Amino acid sequence: MSAALRFEGAHVAYGGRPALSGVSASIARGAVTGVVGPNGAGKTTLLRAALGLLPLAAGEIAVEDRALRQWSRPALARAIAYLPQGGEAHWPLRAADLVMLGRIPHRARFAPPSDEDKKAVAEALARADAADFAERRIDELSAGERARALFARALATKAPILLADEPAAYLDPAHQLKLMALLKEEARRGTAVVVTLHDLSLASRLCDEILVLKDGRVAGRDLSEATLAKAFGITALRVVDPRTGAAALTPWEIRSS
Amino acid sequence: MKARDGAITLALLAAALGSSALSFFVGPSHLSPSALIEGLFAGHGAASIIALDIRLPRAALGFLVGAGLGASGAALQGLFRNPLASPDVTGVTSCAGLGAVIALYFGLAAGAYWLLPAFAIAGALGSAGLLYLLARAGAGVMALVLAGVAISSLAVALTALALSFAANPYAMSEMVLWMMGSLKDRTLADLAYAAPLIAAGVALLTSAGSGLEALTLGEEAAHSLGVNVAGVRGRIVLGVALATGAATAAAGAVSFVGLVAPHLLRPFYGFRPSRLIAPSALAGGALVAASDVLVRTIDPGEQLRLGVVTAMLGAPFFFWLILRLRREV
Repeated sequence: MSAALRFEGAHVAYGGRPALSGVSASIARGAVTGVVGPNGAGKTTLLRAALGLLPLAAGEIAVEDRALRQWSRPALARAIAYLPQGGEAHWPLRAADLVMLGRIPHRARFAPPSDEDKKAVAEALARADAADFAERRIDELSAGERARALFARALATKAPILLADEPAAYLDPAHQLKLMALLKEEARRGTAVVVTLHDLSLASRLCDEILVLKDGRVAGRDLSEATLAKAFGITALRVVDPRTGAAALTPWEIRSS
Repeated sequence: MKARDGAITLALLAAALGSSALSFFVGPSHLSPSALIEGLFAGHGAASIIALDIRLPRAALGFLVGAGLGASGAALQGLFRNPLASPDVTGVTSCAGLGAVIALYFGLAAGAYWLLPAFAIAGALGSAGLLYLLARAGAGVMALVLAGVAISSLAVALTALALSFAANPYAMSEMVLWMMGSLKDRTLADLAYAAPLIAAGVALLTSAGSGLEALTLGEEAAHSLGVNVAGVRGRIVLGVALATGAATAAAGAVSFVGLVAPHLLRPFYGFRPSRLIAPSALAGGALVAASDVLVRTIDPGEQLRLGVVTAMLGAPFFFWLILRLRREV
């Protein structure tokens, strides 16, 4: 199976400092790939590079088996939806209007929304479990509701690839689990979902694939003891759910290496 | 929702047309409306001169100046994602003013009437362009607003410098009066340059369309939606320079209109920045035309200046806005 997104020895530099140094990874369709790593490991840089927001110093990124530089901006916008970290809307739009912004890649600049656009928005609101507050202003929503409205905005694009940067940050546990379940559901529909996470338990329980970054390099593709020691310098306490076999990981001690 | 927006836009259009018409019919010479309208088409006689050479330019310029400032304010607030942005706050108005004062200082305006607007637009372009370059170099919204304050202070200081070195009291009073903003004694020649420039500016601002809308989500998200963010920014900077530069050249410094108009209308248009530009132009036009009527009604001798009236109404509003935003944040 060909990958939805492929990094081949990708190098990105920020003002002369390397942010990604030769990252190679394949992002599969129909799976949730969790990107974890310590602060400054290059998780966000990886997503931004895939969006063409940062130039590659060396290496290659292929989107749907086509090199990134061969994509036009509008076509890439239809292929990759992006949910930035701490995604904020700067004006208190109605949630439905906010979600309609996700249709911009499909619309001519001054065209009113088509029936297809309206359908996509309604569908995205339903999938993100945000239909109940579609008519409310987003400054009147709770943080969890707002996160779902922003998530619906990304879904409305109907892109085959979804990149979400720390979507679970600042949410209470129930909303975190809810958002992760929604991401998994998108993956089941065939979307290639990439999500950066700080919460190791969410990553280990809910992601199908793991990519661990440290200092701009791939430090591992699992959450084994050895990888955690190498990437984070910690040990973790593992609790296995006897029903499913999935493990919860709690950072436990700093390992002096 | 849609029907209500349309009704509000129609009401704004009616208000803009109404206050411009009122501006046309009000003046020191007590001519009847019918005499003035006849005068517009007669082509000769005193009524014709008053209607065509005095009242028409004044009424039309009132609307156009307000429209240019209102649209500029709406576009800048959308671009900076900040309700405190406006041509005044970002220093565009004061740089346009500096350009005009330089033209007056060197007596250039007396030589060729188009030099004053050219200098004003150059000033506006200079400051707007500088903000654009800063934004392109990665400056955030806060840095841009601070840069606007710095640019504005510099322009005001240089304007004061020109005043203190003015060649004679007459030149000085001319500059001071001009800085207060007025539509007194404007001619068809003023209308002839201001109308196309302001129209072009507003058209450029309106063309930013959905790109401006996408900026609600921040620049990276807008980029990921396929929006050419640099292009949107460039359009808005050029549009603001044209509209505000020409408006300031025609009427002097008329402050606060660009700040107030979009802010009052925003809730009625669902806080969507791109839909706010045309209504803000209409509201700005209505505000300036009505203020100009107010100036003439309160003080027929016109010692009271238009810019002073808009500032006296606008400054308390600005203060209230800051207080309210502080409470919200």
